[in-house]
Amino acid sequence: MAYEPVLTRHVGDQDAYTLDAYVAKQRGYEGLRKALTQKPGEIIDLVKASGLRGRGGAGFPTGLKWQFVLKDTPKPKYICCNADESEPGTFKDHVLMERNPHLLIEGCAIACYAIGAKVAYIYIRGEFYHVQQVLEAEIEKAYKAGFLGKNIFGSGFDCDVFVHRGAGAYEAGEETALIESLEGKRAQPRIKPPFPAVAGLYQCPTAVNNVETLCNVPLIMMNGPEWFTALGPEKNGGPKLYCISGHVKRPGVYEASMHTTLRELIYGEQFAGGMIDEHPFKAIIPGGSSVPLLLDKDLDTPASFDDVQKAGSLLGSAGLIVLNDTVCMVWLAKNLLYFYRHESCGKCTPCREGGDWLFKLLTRIEQGEGQAKDIDLLFGVASNIAGKTLCAFGDAAATPVLTTLKLFRHEFEAHVREGRCTIPAEWRARQPMLAGHH
Amino acid sequence: MEYAPAKFHKSARKLAPAGETFTYSPENQRRFDEIVTRYPPDQRKSAILYALYLAQNQNGGHLTAAAMDHVAEQIRCTSAEVEDVVSYYTMFFTKPVGKYVLNVCRTLSCALLGAERVTEELCAKLGIKPGETDASGTFTLLEVECLGACDRAPVVMVNDDWHERLSPEQAGKFIDDIRAGGAAAFTGCHLHKEKK
Ligand SMILES: Cc1cc2nc3c(=O)[nH]c(=O)nc-3n(C[C@H](O)[C@H](O)[C@H](O)COP(=O)(O)O)c2cc1C
Ligand code: SF4
Ligand code: FES
Repeated sequence: MAYEPVLTRHVGDQDAYTLDAYVAKQRGYEGLRKALTQKPGEIIDLVKASGLRGRGGAGFPTGLKWQFVLKDTPKPKYICCNADESEPGTFKDHVLMERNPHLLIEGCAIACYAIGAKVAYIYIRGEFYHVQQVLEAEIEKAYKAGFLGKNIFGSGFDCDVFVHRGAGAYEAGEETALIESLEGKRAQPRIKPPFPAVAGLYQCPTAVNNVETLCNVPLIMMNGPEWFTALGPEKNGGPKLYCISGHVKRPGVYEASMHTTLRELIYGEQFAGGMIDEHPFKAIIPGGSSVPLLLDKDLDTPASFDDVQKAGSLLGSAGLIVLNDTVCMVWLAKNLLYFYRHESCGKCTPCREGGDWLFKLLTRIEQGEGQAKDIDLLFGVASNIAGKTLCAFGDAAATPVLTTLKLFRHEFEAHVREGRCTIPAEWRARQPMLAGHH
Repeated sequence: MEYAPAKFHKSARKLAPAGETFTYSPENQRRFDEIVTRYPPDQRKSAILYALYLAQNQNGGHLTAAAMDHVAEQIRCTSAEVEDVVSYYTMFFTKPVGKYVLNVCRTLSCALLGAERVTEELCAKLGIKPGETDASGTFTLLEVECLGACDRAPVVMVNDDWHERLSPEQAGKFIDDIRAGGAAAFTGCHLHKEKK
């Protein structure tokens, strides 16, 4: 049976983003109406029963996260929606906010009700200014229609949703760094514990949820947890958005169940439609730039949290970056380490200094000036970052080096031996074939 | 390779020139006063990024020390705290920038489809290097990290606007088009555009 999109079914419609279309075509705000007739604890139980796992990167069960939010406290509580979407290769929240903003707004309101919050802040990256304008205009309409504000549906529940604009920082996507940034500071993470569920925004109990995660909540309210689990494999239920970029014919955001294999996503006619030109597939980064590479032999893996992990990588943010054989893996690692050394928040030493060292070593090897011992040094530095930092950024920064060394060590050795890149110059990734691309 | 502390880092301290005296326009003051109510009364600092955007836009694209002092007064914090924030985030500038700030995405998905060459072409066309502003003060060229639109690679953000799928071959013409037609030269975000 063909999969019917539920998150993005209408995004191609001209009026998809409007409140009227949302109410008419997606039974908009019915989920919220239904939620407000139940107790907050019951909503959390429903979300737990659905098995919804966070779509921001870690795949942590959302219901549990909400359950951990401290209840017995006089302090206010907060929902922070993570709309920072800065993981290289990821662009799904972008589509949801731009084309289906009310689904997110409704999700924020239900999440607030479930944890006992009255305010949700949507932390959106500064570069998404055009998206923010749509979101703010639609939030205003939701207020006017009585779906936000005071005494929603006469239930006595008050809820405000505000958009908060970031200003250019990948690390602001880490949940405690996001909270710091929302408080008006540098986006540097906090030491955990305490976790945000106990002491988050303004030291109050807080849940940080990704955009796509919150967009699933109204669907669960309306259709029930059994419907949700049945959409995907065990423990990997619900709809999933995949962002496919790189050397494929039709890069874009595709919705599918987590039964779908990586091979189908790359080659399927309803998905990315295969490789861009005559050059064959070389490797894929399946979950945003921070996760290990997979090879052709791994492509029959279903693109679920658990299966991709079993195959040796992570589904992460579901950003699939597809690479053909023109890509030099030393160049790839260098490109990504340029990113990580720039985005490191600088709070802890292995990441701040180590990232810079990795970049310098990679540059030297890529330019053909590396020595044999540089390859071991590269491995040594990367291994001393992974697992030794304050936040998961450190592991993310070490990964491109460790995974390319593991799978393509011969390319590093060839650079050192030949004193140059051995991928034919006219193939080099920096000389792409845009011709077949539209 | 000799050891030296990382020089590129965000925390590298650069003091901004004082600039002329600065206060918000009445309109910006009104907008700030409204935004600040979105946060608890004792958490004015949450509005600092917004306050800085207002100041930067009013000041023609960059922040002076006077502008940061004004933001400090508004937020009721020290100027040092404002500088602390400004120096961290990449979207604030403490030097004058051109009318159009070209932010070329250089991260993997865009690089796979030629972003490095887009930057090279733009450099050649404008006679500047990344990080510089051309002699006429019209264009500033920057390389930035993944903009969240990798399916439309290579992507360029121009001020708050977007241009998608800028091939290296079109880069020179892109500059001519902006010179001739301003913002009309941008494709905008495809999601945004299809809506109109
Ligand atoms: C360096 C770093 C960057 C992150 N960037 C994002 C991001 O851009 N968007 C996001 O939703 N989560 C991001 N995360 C994950 C968040 O920390 C957090 O786990 C997530 O927002 C929780 O929401 P979820 O449970 O709904 O997935 C990032 C994590 C790290 C360590
Ligand atoms: S691992 Fe990197 S990003 Fe995370 S706290 Fe340390 S320096 Fe900052
Ligand atoms: S890599 Fe350029 S937009 Fe993501």
